[in-house]
Amino acid sequence: MDFDIFIHILVAAIAAGTPFVYAALGELVTEKSGVLNLGVEGMMLVGAISGFIAMTKTGSLLVAVLCGMSAGALMACIFAVLTLTLMANQVASGLALTIFGVGLSAFLGLKYTSIALPGVKELHIPVLSDIPVIGQLLFSHDILIYSSFVLFAAVSWFLYKTKAGLILRGIGEAPKSAHALGYNVIKIRYLAVLFGGAMAGLGGAYLSVAYTPMWVEGMVAGRGWVSLALVVFATWRPARVMAGAYLFGGITIAQFHVQGFGIEIPSQLLSMLPYIATIVVLVLISRDQNTIRLNSPASLGITYHPDNQ
Amino acid sequence: MFIKIEPRPEPSRAMKYLSPLLAAALMLVSGLIIFTLLGKNPASAFHAFFIEPVNDLYGIGELFIKASPLMLIGTGLAVGFRASIWNIGAEGQLAIGAILGGYIAIIFNDSSGFFILPLMILAGAVGGILWASIPAFLKTVFNANEILVSLMLNYVAILLLAMLVHGPLRDPNGYGFPQSVLFADSAILPVLLEGTRLHLGVFLSLAGVVVGWVFLLKSFTGYQIQVAGLAQKAATYAGYKYKKLIWIGLLSGGVTAGIAGVLEIAGPIGQLLPSVSPGYGYAAIIVAFVGRLHPGGIFLSSLLMALLYLGGESGQMNLDLPSAVTGIFQGLLLFYLLAADFLINYRIRLNTLQQEAD
Repeated sequence: MDFDIFIHILVAAIAAGTPFVYAALGELVTEKSGVLNLGVEGMMLVGAISGFIAMTKTGSLLVAVLCGMSAGALMACIFAVLTLTLMANQVASGLALTIFGVGLSAFLGLKYTSIALPGVKELHIPVLSDIPVIGQLLFSHDILIYSSFVLFAAVSWFLYKTKAGLILRGIGEAPKSAHALGYNVIKIRYLAVLFGGAMAGLGGAYLSVAYTPMWVEGMVAGRGWVSLALVVFATWRPARVMAGAYLFGGITIAQFHVQGFGIEIPSQLLSMLPYIATIVVLVLISRDQNTIRLNSPASLGITYHPDNQ
Repeated sequence: MFIKIEPRPEPSRAMKYLSPLLAAALMLVSGLIIFTLLGKNPASAFHAFFIEPVNDLYGIGELFIKASPLMLIGTGLAVGFRASIWNIGAEGQLAIGAILGGYIAIIFNDSSGFFILPLMILAGAVGGILWASIPAFLKTVFNANEILVSLMLNYVAILLLAMLVHGPLRDPNGYGFPQSVLFADSAILPVLLEGTRLHLGVFLSLAGVVVGWVFLLKSFTGYQIQVAGLAQKAATYAGYKYKKLIWIGLLSGGVTAGIAGVLEIAGPIGQLLPSVSPGYGYAAIIVAFVGRLHPGGIFLSSLLMALLYLGGESGQMNLDLPSAVTGIFQGLLLFYLLAADFLINYRIRLNTLQQEAD
């Protein structure tokens, strides 16, 4: 294979992996606090259409991004009220959030299906982008991709280098003990869930505003679910989330390149690839039960309320 | 005077049954608000959405036709949900059932015989079981999360159906449209009630709900499932084989979804199309929860969900309401149910000053 094509594919894989980076890092923070939000797909969809509407109305990327994030956070807020305040089952509430998000986004997007946006310009960072290979891979993207790198650094730093991050992880492991030490478990979990929603919304907005700058009903196409799988695959570690996100970005775009090489395969078969890959990856990582047990937050998915002990 | 929330000494049995009704009522109120926000007269929109679709015999028939896959799949899913085994893959299992059942109809298209319909239903059941056995196998052997696996397989199954209908199963005389031949009469479920489209499949679905009721509430396995859902450790100590329950929990959803897929293509649709379900597999999840995972409740909630589908179509035709409103109503219904369930374990009290003085 031509080396230039190879680099080109890697660059495209980073762009295709960016929605996963946002959604999965957000969900990672939520899950680290002990809350399992299965509504990522729904939050991404609502974030995608909200960001898209804002972009067509204002033309401002910043407004679009903020709208996408707020919409995702609002969706997450419904989930938080149900599971944290009203102590509803997290699995059922997450599913409800996704079903609701699919309907709401389709509804909001009715008048926006035939509009195309100009997309987001790439921002070549001077000097750095001229470095061969690395310059192309890391310093010739649009601003939302750079900010996803920043998000990765920030989440890693927050979780492992700050006291607040330690408290968040502690709450995910042992909410009772954290409560006994005087931490407000419910409030911190609220914040973690809202952050996860905002990031899912941002990931969705990236899709509709920058990656494929248009709105198509259901355009998130399972990326929210793949992001949930990525968090498991990454055994709840940010660096592995990044690796997994770009791996899946690569698989997502592989279908276009396989056809480009003139290989005759039905397009539907190629579209199945990311979903089958997700299953394969889940099986590989879950095979060893101890890995999952040691790395997953101990209270993940379990309802906790200090008044209810 | 202020509001006080306090835990109930015991979970309220009454609220267990009232909370789905409360959720439905809240959803209807939200409907009125949404209609008003869309600039429609709430009363006439309400009438078009919730009354008009079912104000004659034909409409009632349509209600049962839409409710039929929902009650059947909802019952199957409830078996798993009761044991906290989450099969989210009914949409895909339905598609695979439709593919296998439709394949039988297509190869026997030139012959007639009473055996064709039973064979189609059998093929659909096998298809649903095969597709659901993938998450069951991966869960029991590799500990892979059944929610994510079954959900991913939905996308795979729907793409598979589209691929087959665009390719090998396409009608050769169909001008290239992605659809199969129209099924012969012997592969179509007979209509049983004059003046409606009410077909044999609806009664098969009702029978399926009854079978589910007997299984869940009268069999020992049904009891084991219930125990496993309430306390997995207790079930293990009691010697119940949890892996067996995982298989049962996932396959029961698979078999019902697969059969529902066949009943759809042999009923209202009459051929294989790239899409054979308007999200019945997902809506059935809501049906199962709103029906309290009880076949009787599932029967009632499937009628409500079917009304939402019909209302969406009727609102679109008569009032230019977007049909996507249906999805919003479905989501809201489950939100309200989950919120109202809070009242099973808690009660809200209005404390007067006098009580405080006591």
